[in-house]
Amino acid sequence: MADPLLKVAGLQAWYGESHILHGVDFEIGKGELVTLLGRNGAGKTTSLKSIMGIVEKRSGSIRFDGAEIVVRTSDAVARAGIAYCPEERGIFSSLNVEENLLLPPVVRPGGMSVEEIYMLFPNLRERRRSQGTKLSGGEQQMLAIGRILRTGATLLLLDEPTEGLAPVIVQRIGEAIRQLKSRGFTILLVEQNFHFAATVADRHYVVEDGRVVDMIGAAEVQTNLGKLQNYLGV
Amino acid sequence: MFELLGIAPQALFGQLLVGLINGAFYAMLSLGLAVIFGMLNVINFTHGAQYMLGAFAGWLMLIWLDIPFWVALVASPIVVGLFGVILERLILKRLYHLDHLYGFLMTFGLALVIEGLFQKQWGSSGQPYPNPIPGGTNLGFMFLPTYRAFVVLAALVICLATWFAIERTRLGGYLRAATENPTLVRAFGINVPRLITLTYGLGVGLAALAGVLAAPIYQVSPLMGQNLVLIVFAVVVIGGMGSIMGSIVTGFGLGLIEGLTKVFYPQASSTVIFVIMAIVLMIRPQGLFGQR
Repeated sequence: MADPLLKVAGLQAWYGESHILHGVDFEIGKGELVTLLGRNGAGKTTSLKSIMGIVEKRSGSIRFDGAEIVVRTSDAVARAGIAYCPEERGIFSSLNVEENLLLPPVVRPGGMSVEEIYMLFPNLRERRRSQGTKLSGGEQQMLAIGRILRTGATLLLLDEPTEGLAPVIVQRIGEAIRQLKSRGFTILLVEQNFHFAATVADRHYVVEDGRVVDMIGAAEVQTNLGKLQNYLGV
Repeated sequence: MFELLGIAPQALFGQLLVGLINGAFYAMLSLGLAVIFGMLNVINFTHGAQYMLGAFAGWLMLIWLDIPFWVALVASPIVVGLFGVILERLILKRLYHLDHLYGFLMTFGLALVIEGLFQKQWGSSGQPYPNPIPGGTNLGFMFLPTYRAFVVLAALVICLATWFAIERTRLGGYLRAATENPTLVRAFGINVPRLITLTYGLGVGLAALAGVLAAPIYQVSPLMGQNLVLIVFAVVVIGGMGSIMGSIVTGFGLGLIEGLTKVFYPQASSTVIFVIMAIVLMIRPQGLFGQR
């Protein structure tokens, strides 16, 4: 890849005394949708948090849009154009749906309008005056994704957006993610649900024990099913 | 009816007014405390000293620089608020990751130091501050001093404006969200440490504003905040830590209850709030308006 939008090299991270990432390497081109696959505790979420600057102790290199961001605080990372949708969704209970949606400040031009976000997730429009945490799990996930689309961020980090959702909702989230990709967003997706990941991604990186151990392109998934099942323990 | 109870209406309404005024100060101070606690996780025991600083700043502006009350009403909170900002940047920010107890001890110690320094310079006896709006109205059942009426109104406006700023504005939305999950709010690109500093500065400024308003009613003295801060803590506990509307309603309400107690059973007037606090803690530990 000539000029990746995000290039992670030798990324290490610690929570307190425990060493979680032991040198993660991967890259994403502009407009690509790439997943990090792996078992529980492999270091997928920590990789996202490290990119976002939420994990305080980390080393190695994270280059985004040509700039080194591994030394930046998370607010500076966000202002560089990376947006994060956490696994626990992080909907604020003291804010209603619309306030949640409007919370992240616009960091650069080119983000989606509130109207476009409501078109993508019509449920949110209907429930815009409800308390954020009164929504169903699926709606909360839509809100968590929807609110990072306004900011003008070009790279979206999505942590397990399908976790705990009914199949029909998973499908709708999948459609939304494909639409976002076709709009030009670059997406890094962390997933446990491989079958879902396979329907949306261009490439998959496999994370094991805090390292990237393999990379599989979408076209090679079928021929590598056995290997993948072995990696993921499914 | 009043005669039946053996109480003159003048005494009743007089004490209700006193209660309302005390309640106005409880509300303004507990509001600042609640906002600071929500955002900083620090129980700001310096609040009473900062209220005193507000009154002193107004008084010193008057006697040293001839600055009138209405200017001091704006200038003093700004000066004391900036002092709060410095305090937060230099000292408090080092305590956020520790247990509440450390912040509590630090702010308590700071209050003692500040009050001690002022006591050394100006002694314990109060300094009078001239009433900026003398006169009043005879309502028939009682005499209403204009300045006191103004204080109650001003406190209401200040409380509601603070409530509006927190519950209905964008900055307030950041504040509420950051109270819940500062890490995520920061990951959205908001400079949370600066937001925390700003919150503390505003909370302290609010205490100072109450201090200037109090100057013409109570005397300006180094220990004027000491008793008040204890009562205000009880108010915050009763209303529920972190609840804005709870602080306002509880502040005014308890002021009135205290006033009524002075009429019907004066012996209990200085303890009634703490009795209520104990009862609330037993029945509803999260406070009347608190969640969880």
